[in-house]
Amino acid sequence: MKTYSLSALNTISANIREDIISMLLAAGSGHSAGPLGMADVFTALYFCVLNHAPHKPRWDNRDRLVLSCGHLAPLLYATLARAGYFPKKELKTLRKLGSLLQGHPHNTLPGVETSTGPLGQGISVAVGMSLGAALLKRSYQVYCVMSDAEQQEGQTWEAVMFAGKNRCANLTAIIDRNNIQIDGYVENVMPLEPLRKKYEAFNWHVIEVDGHNIRQVIDACNTAKAISEKPVLILCHTIPGKGVDFMEFSPAWHGKTPTAEEARRAHRDLHRLRTLNGKIISEHE
Amino acid sequence: MSNVFVPLRREKAKLVAPRDGFGEGMVLAAKKNPRIIALCADVTESTRLHTFRAKFPDRFIEMGVAEQNMAGVAAGLALAGLSPCMVAYAVFSPGRNWDQIRVSICYNNANVKIAGAHAGLTVGPDGATHQALEDIAIMRVLPNMTVLCPADAIQTKKAVTAAFERKGPVYIRFGREPMPVVINPHSTYTIGKADVLIPGDDAVIIACGSMVYESMVAARLLRKTGIHAAVINNHTVKPLDRTTIIRTARNTGAVVTAEEHQIQGGMGSAISEALSAECPVPIEQIGVDNTFGESGTAGELLTKYGLTSDHIVKAVLRVIKRKKHAHTL
Repeated sequence: MKTYSLSALNTISANIREDIISMLLAAGSGHSAGPLGMADVFTALYFCVLNHAPHKPRWDNRDRLVLSCGHLAPLLYATLARAGYFPKKELKTLRKLGSLLQGHPHNTLPGVETSTGPLGQGISVAVGMSLGAALLKRSYQVYCVMSDAEQQEGQTWEAVMFAGKNRCANLTAIIDRNNIQIDGYVENVMPLEPLRKKYEAFNWHVIEVDGHNIRQVIDACNTAKAISEKPVLILCHTIPGKGVDFMEFSPAWHGKTPTAEEARRAHRDLHRLRTLNGKIISEHE
Repeated sequence: MSNVFVPLRREKAKLVAPRDGFGEGMVLAAKKNPRIIALCADVTESTRLHTFRAKFPDRFIEMGVAEQNMAGVAAGLALAGLSPCMVAYAVFSPGRNWDQIRVSICYNNANVKIAGAHAGLTVGPDGATHQALEDIAIMRVLPNMTVLCPADAIQTKKAVTAAFERKGPVYIRFGREPMPVVINPHSTYTIGKADVLIPGDDAVIIACGSMVYESMVAARLLRKTGIHAAVINNHTVKPLDRTTIIRTARNTGAVVTAEEHQIQGGMGSAISEALSAECPVPIEQIGVDNTFGESGTAGELLTKYGLTSDHIVKAVLRVIKRKKHAHTL
């Protein structure tokens, strides 16, 4: 697998953000804040962490990534295209009739492991894939990306309890802890804290990282893979809308897309970000 | 013949619980296919999965009381290349995890088998909360789903092995109560092929599950009055055997459907949808009519809610009358 320098990875994540803005503008509906906020994590996963082969998307021993919060579809698609799963020109078809790039992911698109959208479902499917590796004597890892508000779904905790009991060591859950959801700030709508302690109480190992520090995300994934007795949660603290000044930190941008003028401003912000060429220091540090 | 001789009185019939057939079918299928995995939501013995668990402990997954997670985990196992069957009472699965079945299983077209045990009124004393009367409706509406409602314990066993040979999501519903065996153990079972158990030209009774026995009794009772009612075991609610159903409806001109389920949205509704499009004839539907059940014995409940051979006989007489009336118009 090709290795990338940190500055190259930062450039990739900035490119992915630019793709996301273009896709959302063309689609006219969808989610902005979450996809932008998790672009660094996805860059780390698809360009450094996952053992995968984009030209052989059904390879038996590939690592699986389940996007449980399906509304981050634009980010998944932009990353998959850049990783080589399908041509980049497909990105313009997001949410259009006849496209494989559905509003929420469908497993007919190469690289999409399971169809998701209704929150809470992905983690259970990821747990099933994790058990499948043991039963079929395969050695792949399973990664499941969840939103923080998704922790409000009861099913999430059924799956977390089960994975803790069964010591699903090849399972790494990743939570996008951006503290926004449609109705406002997560901690106001339905508080999750102490989230770390809740997972630890369910027999999970928890690592907290700055979700915009690609190095930290990669290190956490490597640690997670090395932990052999427990499932691992990587709690990624992220800034919703990261990279686009007027979208950052705002619940208002959870579920809407930019106008043409806003997209121009967003591209200007992202272009600045990209041309700093990896010298970005995240606000979390 | 795919059926066996059915005595008019229940006490004289050979009684076997369909859940026993399910448990045997799971073991039989698992012996043939090493990729079969069973998942169970804390009802292992009552669903008769305990034999499977004893024989294949490494292929049995205890889910606890968590049917939503069970559906997702089953989907994940299937997507990984295994052939899972998830097992619980029908009121909880698919009753409680419909969204998970819809998206994680059906939208993925994942190869998951879903066993809905303790289905219908006949689960009895547990009362309305535990009597699944809506499961056929909520499963048959899902794209990619196959819906099986076998007639007895023998056929439940056959349905389980057939389900594993069919790729994609399959729902199998069956009851707990011992009930008369009506299917010949040597008969073949084909998903999507309705079986004509008794021929007849005056009317046709299309039944599934426990109502197949009641319908066969009804046909015998009607025979004594000179009425020849055909009986069809429509064990596959989806995909529906339109050919057999339309042919017999056309031949008899009068249809009665019978199921241990709500009339609204169930097997009879599926028949009605098919016939209204291609062969509109008078139809009478036997089933629970838009009401919850209650505690009682299986026999008491079937009588109170109108699901016995006597009710079917009356429905046949009604539908024949309607047919004649329609002819004179």
